[in-house]
Amino acid sequence: MSLVNLHQVHKYYGDLHVLKGIDLDIKAGEVISIIGRSGSGKSTLLRCINGLEEYQEGGITVDGNEVTSEDIQVRRLALSVGMIFQNFNLFPHMTVGENVMLAPTIVLKKSKSEAEQIARAMLEKVGLAEKFDSYPEKLSGGQQQRVAIARALAMSPKVLLCDEITSALDPELVGEVLKVLEQLAKEGITLVLVTHEMNFARDVGSRVVFMHEGKVWEEGDSKTLLSDPRTDELKQFIGAVL
Amino acid sequence: MVEFTNYDILRNLLFATQWTILLSIAAFIGGSSVALLLTAMRLTRNSVMTKVVRIYVELFQGTPLLMQMFLCFFGLSMLGYEISAWGAAILSLTFFTSAFLVEIWRGCIDTLPKGQWEASRCLGLNFLQTLRYIILPQAIRVATAPTVGFSVQVIKGTALASIIGFVELTKVGTMLNNATFEPFKVFTLVAIIYFLLCYPLSWYSKILEKKFNVSR
Amino acid sequence: MLYFSDLLQYSDVFFSGLMTTVELTVLTTILGVALGTACATTRQYGNKASQRAVTVYVELIRNTPFIVQLFFIFFGLPALGMRLSPWEASMIALTINLGAYSTEIIRAGLGSISKGQIEAAKVLGLTFRQTLTRVIFVPAFEKIYPALTSQCIIVMLGSAVISQISVEDLTYAANLVQSRNFRAFESYLVTALLYLGLSILLRFAFNTLGKHLFTYRATR
Ligand SMILES: Nc1ncnc2c1ncn2[C@@H]1O[C@H](COP(=O)(O)OP(=O)(O)OP(=O)(O)O)[C@@H](O)[C@H]1O
Ligand SMILES: [Mg+2]
Repeated sequence: MSLVNLHQVHKYYGDLHVLKGIDLDIKAGEVISIIGRSGSGKSTLLRCINGLEEYQEGGITVDGNEVTSEDIQVRRLALSVGMIFQNFNLFPHMTVGENVMLAPTIVLKKSKSEAEQIARAMLEKVGLAEKFDSYPEKLSGGQQQRVAIARALAMSPKVLLCDEITSALDPELVGEVLKVLEQLAKEGITLVLVTHEMNFARDVGSRVVFMHEGKVWEEGDSKTLLSDPRTDELKQFIGAVL
Repeated sequence: MVEFTNYDILRNLLFATQWTILLSIAAFIGGSSVALLLTAMRLTRNSVMTKVVRIYVELFQGTPLLMQMFLCFFGLSMLGYEISAWGAAILSLTFFTSAFLVEIWRGCIDTLPKGQWEASRCLGLNFLQTLRYIILPQAIRVATAPTVGFSVQVIKGTALASIIGFVELTKVGTMLNNATFEPFKVFTLVAIIYFLLCYPLSWYSKILEKKFNVSR
Repeated sequence: MLYFSDLLQYSDVFFSGLMTTVELTVLTTILGVALGTACATTRQYGNKASQRAVTVYVELIRNTPFIVQLFFIFFGLPALGMRLSPWEASMIALTINLGAYSTEIIRAGLGSISKGQIEAAKVLGLTFRQTLTRVIFVPAFEKIYPALTSQCIIVMLGSAVISQISVEDLTYAANLVQSRNFRAFESYLVTALLYLGLSILLRFAFNTLGKHLFTYRATR
């Protein structure tokens, strides 16, 4: 059963044709790494999957439900799709705990104590249980990103979208975030990540999608695809990043 | 002819200051209420609503406050609505204040990163929840300093109410000037009183701004 | 009912009022910005005493109403032996007023120029005056140009008050017309629209001027 399905998705920004007929099928439990040059449409693809951007042609379904960018639909989607951003987007006026508890209380209408329980469990999972009452600005980038992961997990999403979530981090902080992701992958959470971490894509990911000029240029099992690229474009890309 | 001692002059001015303060408070409350409404209209992103707000701002920022007062005062009574100088002053100062505040507040809301809206949306918050829990708490912190700063403009704006005959500080100043023929003394005192009303607010606004910049 | 047709016969009154307002606006914009530039430079690079003097001036003006400043100059100063015509008093008051606000704005612009720029100019052997005019002013003014020009428009609108000391400006014309034909609403409405037109025109003029002044970016 596919969890996320894209069928011939086309997306334009005005005259700019950004996604040119994307077909993609993601099954529950898969860890998909989307790679490709800057401007190839990776972020746009993710943002179409969770309804932040609207697309013009084709269809996207998540867990059987059609995705549109209408407000109601996006909120329903939020129950099954979580998103982590490159620059964290934590709410600076709330403590770490409040950040994580917010959506469970006001969207899922859970009681305070129940939400707090969830929040503590999720923060435990990302290794930040003791930061419950800190404000985001007091945390390092890596810690902030882990809070963002906990915040998304608190909604128990079926799939987690990650857009270059280690790119804004100092190199020495990348590891701690990747370790959390790896843990999630082991637990069987479906992950779709835009990433430049080739090692992570190869070792943890199940499948790699290489995007080029708004198309899925090449895709396949992560180990074979990265060690044995078929197209020149992917060869060039791998040569450039490694 | 009545003789005015310095004490008389000061006493009369201070008495009139009460009306300046009262008018300022009324205008500020009226202006921020309307500005709140306009801000809400603008936040809906409805194209008609945002256009209405834009025209409102253009009209009231693009014409003299004095003209707005004249129109409220003489104009409305001409059209058959009796309005006192006090009412006309409050009404026009409300227009004026709201037109500036809505722009100031828009600036504050726009400084919040787009990511705050997106993250809220991805967590399933609806528009009103996003406003209430995410946007407003942050925007209010940013907006306090410039809003306090603008209250100085409101106080100074009330001086124009003297022209339509509302008896406040400036009006009493001109009346005392006519009675005492001591313009230098009278207007110096008037200026000092305004300064004492306005300067603390200006100062406080600067402090708030510094504090906010540090805490970021 | 509103009657606007009566107003046509007064078009020359409106026109001459409009011209007075425009004339004063142009003059005081130039003088006020010049004053503001001088004060801001002093405030930013001058010695302690002159810095303090500028601060006092700016705060005094920014924290008192324009109409009181105008009355003080027009009615108050003659008591000290300075007799001024209404027009002169208005020009002085408007210039001083705009000067204070633009000091504050321009200073923010000067403050945004990094020390490195100034040091680089010094290393190249430019005098302080050359550094100011060649290195600092252009980017500083570019940065605050929108705020500065908005302030000029605000001062233009504030000039409506000078009708109170019988300067025959646009507002004076409106008062005159409505006292003759008793059509207050119509004549104030027309006047308000004339002011609106003037502020839109001024903004357009400032934008056009800005494009010419700061072309060094566009041509790169
Ligand atoms: N809001 C927007 N309006 C107009 N064009 C946009 C917008 N967002 C993205 N684009 C354009 O769409 C194309 C794809 O952008 P996208 O952000 O999806 O690329 P990306 O693969 O994520 O690149 P990067 O690795 O730099 O993040 C780019 O050419 C970009 O300039
Ligand atoms: Mg991207």
